[in-house]
Amino acid sequence: MLLLAGGVVLAAALTAYHLYAGGSQALRRFGLVGFLTGTRWDPALEMRFGALPFVVGTLLTSFLALALSVLPALAVALFVTEYAPPPLGGVVAYLADLLAAVPSVVYGLWGIFVLVPAVRQGELAVYLWAADRAPWLLPWLGPPAGIGVLSAVLVLAIMIVPFTASVARDAIRQVPVEQREALYALGATRWEVVRTSVLPYARGGIMAGVILALARALGETMAVTMVIGNTHQIPTTLFGPGATMASVIANEFTEAVDDLHLSSLVAVGFCLFLLAVAVHLAARWLLRRLSPGGTAA
Amino acid sequence: MAALVALGALAALLPLFLVLGYVVREGLGAIDLAFFTRDPAPVGQPGGGVRSAIVGTLIIDLMASVIGVTVGVGAGLLLSEYGHHPMAPVVRLVGDVLGGMPAIIMGLVAYQLVVRPMRRFSALAGSVALGFLMIPIVTRSTESALALVPRELREAGMALGLPRWRVIVSVVLPAARDGIVTGALLALARVAGEAAPLLLTAFGNPYLSFDPTRPMDSLPLRLFVYAISPFQEWHAQAWAASLLLVLMILATTLAARWVIRQRI
Repeated sequence: MLLLAGGVVLAAALTAYHLYAGGSQALRRFGLVGFLTGTRWDPALEMRFGALPFVVGTLLTSFLALALSVLPALAVALFVTEYAPPPLGGVVAYLADLLAAVPSVVYGLWGIFVLVPAVRQGELAVYLWAADRAPWLLPWLGPPAGIGVLSAVLVLAIMIVPFTASVARDAIRQVPVEQREALYALGATRWEVVRTSVLPYARGGIMAGVILALARALGETMAVTMVIGNTHQIPTTLFGPGATMASVIANEFTEAVDDLHLSSLVAVGFCLFLLAVAVHLAARWLLRRLSPGGTAA
Repeated sequence: MAALVALGALAALLPLFLVLGYVVREGLGAIDLAFFTRDPAPVGQPGGGVRSAIVGTLIIDLMASVIGVTVGVGAGLLLSEYGHHPMAPVVRLVGDVLGGMPAIIMGLVAYQLVVRPMRRFSALAGSVALGFLMIPIVTRSTESALALVPRELREAGMALGLPRWRVIVSVVLPAARDGIVTGALLALARVAGEAAPLLLTAFGNPYLSFDPTRPMDSLPLRLFVYAISPFQEWHAQAWAASLLLVLMILATTLAARWVIRQRI
């Protein structure tokens, strides 16, 4: 039994060790800092590998998606717990959980054939408007091709809503009834109860949900790979193509013939691993810090 | 304000329903009998199906479940029954951290662990990747299923003079069986749709294969290959494969709910 439980520790140790060992050739060659700040990823001619374009792409898409998804997800959680009549709330909560189970590739497929064409129309309209009225905006917009950073952000935002919503919902459910009743007894409206009693009480859990969604977005692979366009340049425009740490691994891993290229891809994975661990520890810390005394999960 | 919250909730969930709506509409139009009974056809040839991918998915997921459930249940037992063991906090922290790991990372690990030494892609490597992904989910669900077993039941076993391990095997585990099975099924549903780790491990294979030491096809992989291809017939098959995949995951989730409902 202890042996089996040790399997968990073993799995984690194997993960850390193999990612480091696999990426060590690249990390030795360029150094961890040099690897992370290198702006050139050139597997063809110079054999130089710097992961900065993918780090920027990952952080850019994840945080934009997070910014887009937090308020709608919170609305779902509040609707389910505070506003909807019980049967409706249950149904919506169940559906939201169900949607979290839809695989990433399916979102990617939908992204390619439905979202990207729609985004292209929108980008084109904005681009033409900007060309007329605000030409200074054009360098920030980039080519309105549909495939690119904006599409990836939208797909990610859609995908992470159920995760934030589900954790926020659990946190809100843990707010004691007395906490609400006291305010109602003072004559507060429902929104006043939510604003002054429910949200402050549940903020630790809600923040944990947001960070969980961030971790999800940072590592999301297939859907992003399918719509982001995959370039080796640092993304500087909203519409233009980009790449993330996860997407570059998925894209190039099975086609990498050179040892250094392969090792660099594993090293990108190692950095993603460190990022995921850091985000997770931050979430634990925040949950403990922000929860009212004794309610930390 | 209530209207605003309801509107926000609707706005958040609408795109998700759009995704499902498209999958059902496009998928139903492309599914036929050959889709289930034939292997993928070469480009330009009409017909063809995803039999090899369906079989491969089942084999890979089954092997992954063996890895994920054995280790996961063991860890859950340690956390719940031996909570004061010095290993317990380590297992809990490590399990939590593993739980937040991106799926593609596990693909890389399984590549280093299995593909490299074997010098070829294999279904086994894919199962290791998916199994590793299942471990933390099963650990957590097992721990909470065991926590629901009343203490009196354990004490009754102890009072009969049974050693601790015997109480766990004969009393605690049977009492928590349904909860553990539900957790395992939900974990399976979570990883069954993963394509990223399989890309680096099981690799895919357009022919029917039962050999776990060789590349094997899988629905999420086939879906990905078809989706990014430039061929119209393949796109239709991708929609059909996505419908099938979603239905399989839904069926697993419903089975999990059914198992736990049997008890009440």
